[in-house]
Amino acid sequence: MFRFIAIRLLQTIPVLLIVATVTFFMVRLAPGGPFSAEKKIPAEILKHLEAYYGLNKPLLDQYTDYMSRLVRGDLGPSFKYENRTVNEVIASAFPVSLELGFWSLLVALALGIPAGVIAARHPNTATDHVPMGLAMAGICLPTFVLGPLLILVFALMAGWFNPMGWDSPRDRVLPALVLGAHFAAYVARLTRSGMLEILSQDFIRTARAKGADSARILFRHALRGGLLPTVSFLGPATAGLLTGSFVIETIFQIPGLGRYFVMAAFNRDYTLVLGTVLFYATLIILLNLLVDIVQVWLNPKLRFE
Amino acid sequence: MPLLEVQNLRAYFHTRNGVVRAVDGVSFSVEKGETLGIVGESGSGKSVTCYSLMGLIPKPPGRIESGIARFDGADLLAMSEAELNKIRGKRIAMIFQDPMTSLNPYLRIEEQLIEPLLIHENLPRAEAVKRAIRALEEVGVPDAARRIRSHPQEFSGGMRQRVMIAMALITQPDLLIADEPTTALDVTVQAQILDLIARLQRERGMAVIWVSHDLGVVAGFCRRVLVMYAGRVVESGRVEDIFARPLHPYNRALQRSIPALQGKGAELYTIPGLPPDVSKPLAACAFAGRCEFAQDACKTGEVALKEIEPGHASACVRVQRGDPFQF
Repeated sequence: MFRFIAIRLLQTIPVLLIVATVTFFMVRLAPGGPFSAEKKIPAEILKHLEAYYGLNKPLLDQYTDYMSRLVRGDLGPSFKYENRTVNEVIASAFPVSLELGFWSLLVALALGIPAGVIAARHPNTATDHVPMGLAMAGICLPTFVLGPLLILVFALMAGWFNPMGWDSPRDRVLPALVLGAHFAAYVARLTRSGMLEILSQDFIRTARAKGADSARILFRHALRGGLLPTVSFLGPATAGLLTGSFVIETIFQIPGLGRYFVMAAFNRDYTLVLGTVLFYATLIILLNLLVDIVQVWLNPKLRFE
Repeated sequence: MPLLEVQNLRAYFHTRNGVVRAVDGVSFSVEKGETLGIVGESGSGKSVTCYSLMGLIPKPPGRIESGIARFDGADLLAMSEAELNKIRGKRIAMIFQDPMTSLNPYLRIEEQLIEPLLIHENLPRAEAVKRAIRALEEVGVPDAARRIRSHPQEFSGGMRQRVMIAMALITQPDLLIADEPTTALDVTVQAQILDLIARLQRERGMAVIWVSHDLGVVAGFCRRVLVMYAGRVVESGRVEDIFARPLHPYNRALQRSIPALQGKGAELYTIPGLPPDVSKPLAACAFAGRCEFAQDACKTGEVALKEIEPGHASACVRVQRGDPFQF
């Protein structure tokens, strides 16, 4: 197990180097630059700025500069946010996204897994169709529709929550619900199909022949295997919760990393784009590793293969 | 009073392509400590008969259409799931055909072995584990105390079937239903498993229903035999009568098809035709279409199992009429 984890961690190094290289040259291919705006900056000042950030050097020199700083963990200064380094931006914004992601994940699992299990217990009856219908609606309904809808009903009409902001603990509720509901729908459908698959296996019949009641069969015999598809989905889903929160962060005015990520691309803030991409890439790799470890733990079959 | 008495059991499957009459009016009984064999080819309804008794047929599409299965005074077929759960795994245990898929791959052997004890005897865990290790030793799993911590994938097919047997017998049931437990195993392992069950049965005075399509195994192992065809019992009797004096053409044909009993170099005997489609209405005798002795009387009306000589019954119309013909 230790060997497996060590190998996987070593593998991330070349992956990150490739991601860094590809991203570096791709942002440069995009037209415009960090200092092009509606209002033209005088040529003199632009020259100074470019010299200050090293943008007047040949591209290959800039690349080697960037990479040599990167291996030391320095992501460079932001072009758009003066006096702030990319490291600082990530350090201040990521905890917010992380918290939002955590609550959303909790919502997704707390709604999705029970719904999937209930649906799988009696397939093709009302207890299956109702939660699965809701799940389908949850998948189809975009967050930018559900978000304003919930703001309208629970913030503006009922007055229970602030329509936006990220100050009191209450401000976590609506964004986490909107973001979580969408993933809860996927989790519910995956859990249902996973459970149905397991419940049709021979060993479930063995358990029934032993006199196990339905609760025991569901939780002791089926849930572990039935959750495997959901667990594989959680890696990409968590990454999605953290990155895909851009829309939510905009709707609710939350100072998370998702917003910086997208705004950086609009602003051609080269270092911030690179920094956030590399940060997310690392995150996704680590999350997938975590999912693989959980899967081996859940599924003893994998230990012998 | 017999331990188990089944009367007129009908289990149908309501599928999109019609009603499959998997078990169609089966009656039999099992005495305490007795071994009853049920033989028949694939699809003859032997397994479904057993699953029906245990309440294990998937509903829907399966449905028990009629019948009584009196086990120690109570009707298994009329019980609620909760009542059945008190009997399943405690007084009636079952082992299955495929030991590779019948154990839960996600749980340690230990978890699965102690489960009947936790469910039915409310034993503390440590106590249950001790009993489980003893049970494993009893069925001949070497190094049981260590291997009980493994997962089923770490066991061979024969070892897994031993685990299944240990699990079934751990609560000392009165009746063991064995659904072709040796079919998926190779011949030497098969013989070991047979010996094992026979020994445990002798020691505990447990009744066994042994389902098989292997006439050889049934001949050596069972006291009484039911021969099933297309969801019905066509012949029943003591094992020596079934083999020495077949009273149904299907039973006779089955025995003629055993390769070992045929002359060397002779063309193998096979029964012409195919088993009937049990989702369509059948003739009075389901075997009539393939029977070399069939007459018009076999195809119309109804025929029930009838005792021809003491303890030996047949559902053959011509045998029941006393027609003078030689198989």
